[in-house]
Amino acid sequence: MVEWTDQERTLIANIFANLDYEDIGSKALARCLIVYPWTQRYFGGFGNLYNADAIMNNPMISAHGVKILHGLDRAVKNMDDIKNAYATLSELHSEKLHVDPDNFRLLSDCLSIVIASKMGYDFTPDLQAAWQKFLTVVVFALGRQYH
Amino acid sequence: MLSKREKELISNIWERLTPVAEDIGAEALLRMFTTFPGTKTYFSHLDISPRSPHMLSHGKKIVLAIAEGAKDISQLTVTLGPLQTLHAYQLRIDPTNFKLFSHCMLVTLACFMGENFTPVVHAAMDKYLSAFAAVLAEKYR
Repeated sequence: MVEWTDQERTLIANIFANLDYEDIGSKALARCLIVYPWTQRYFGGFGNLYNADAIMNNPMISAHGVKILHGLDRAVKNMDDIKNAYATLSELHSEKLHVDPDNFRLLSDCLSIVIASKMGYDFTPDLQAAWQKFLTVVVFALGRQYH
Repeated sequence: MLSKREKELISNIWERLTPVAEDIGAEALLRMFTTFPGTKTYFSHLDISPRSPHMLSHGKKIVLAIAEGAKDISQLTVTLGPLQTLHAYQLRIDPTNFKLFSHCMLVTLACFMGENFTPVVHAAMDKYLSAFAAVLAEKYR
């Protein structure tokens, strides 16, 4: 089980309290597809991904980005058992979606950068550390059921 | 692969960052030490408290080297020759750490540039820092 300090719990709760899912979710997924173009392999049916502008303005990508970001909600609600909270989602990504788990890390890096870009220096080193620890745990949990 | 446009973009950005090299560098290092505590093991000989003189001077050194490389990216192997030797034979920093530092540099740039750190800029910057790290590690073995 992961140990969270009170400070970490507070920092992470604050991010979610102020999170604009529509804005951040759509931007994070679009950024991932642009910065790591090989991730587009999972989005064949999502319309025009021809260039950065097309990706950033693609409504299907935006909607999916928001959906993915909401996927983090169950981690915040189950901070002390994230591993089990993601068991079914992990199985889904492995057995049905066939997503290479390395992609979870790529998306979480893009998510951190989108948040940093929006918060500027309010995204302090301590906040970054807590947030990335949180994402690392989620990423691990999502990869857990792969076999 | 970096396109001509991307190389120009990167060259411009690092030129603009040179005057604030120590701030950007110290910030990126601090983020790395805070987020990835294992990286601190290479710095037991320095004072790595936030914005200490050591952090500022070391951060400045790193940023100026990255900026120098950005002036002519096609010549990276030549420009980084001495630094390659230093890292391979003296410092011997495990190259995985270059990725960790690069990520924290990207976060620092995102905070600094805000909306201007667009996906296109991010992609170009990530590619450049990856190339820089790869060249830096070339003499390791």
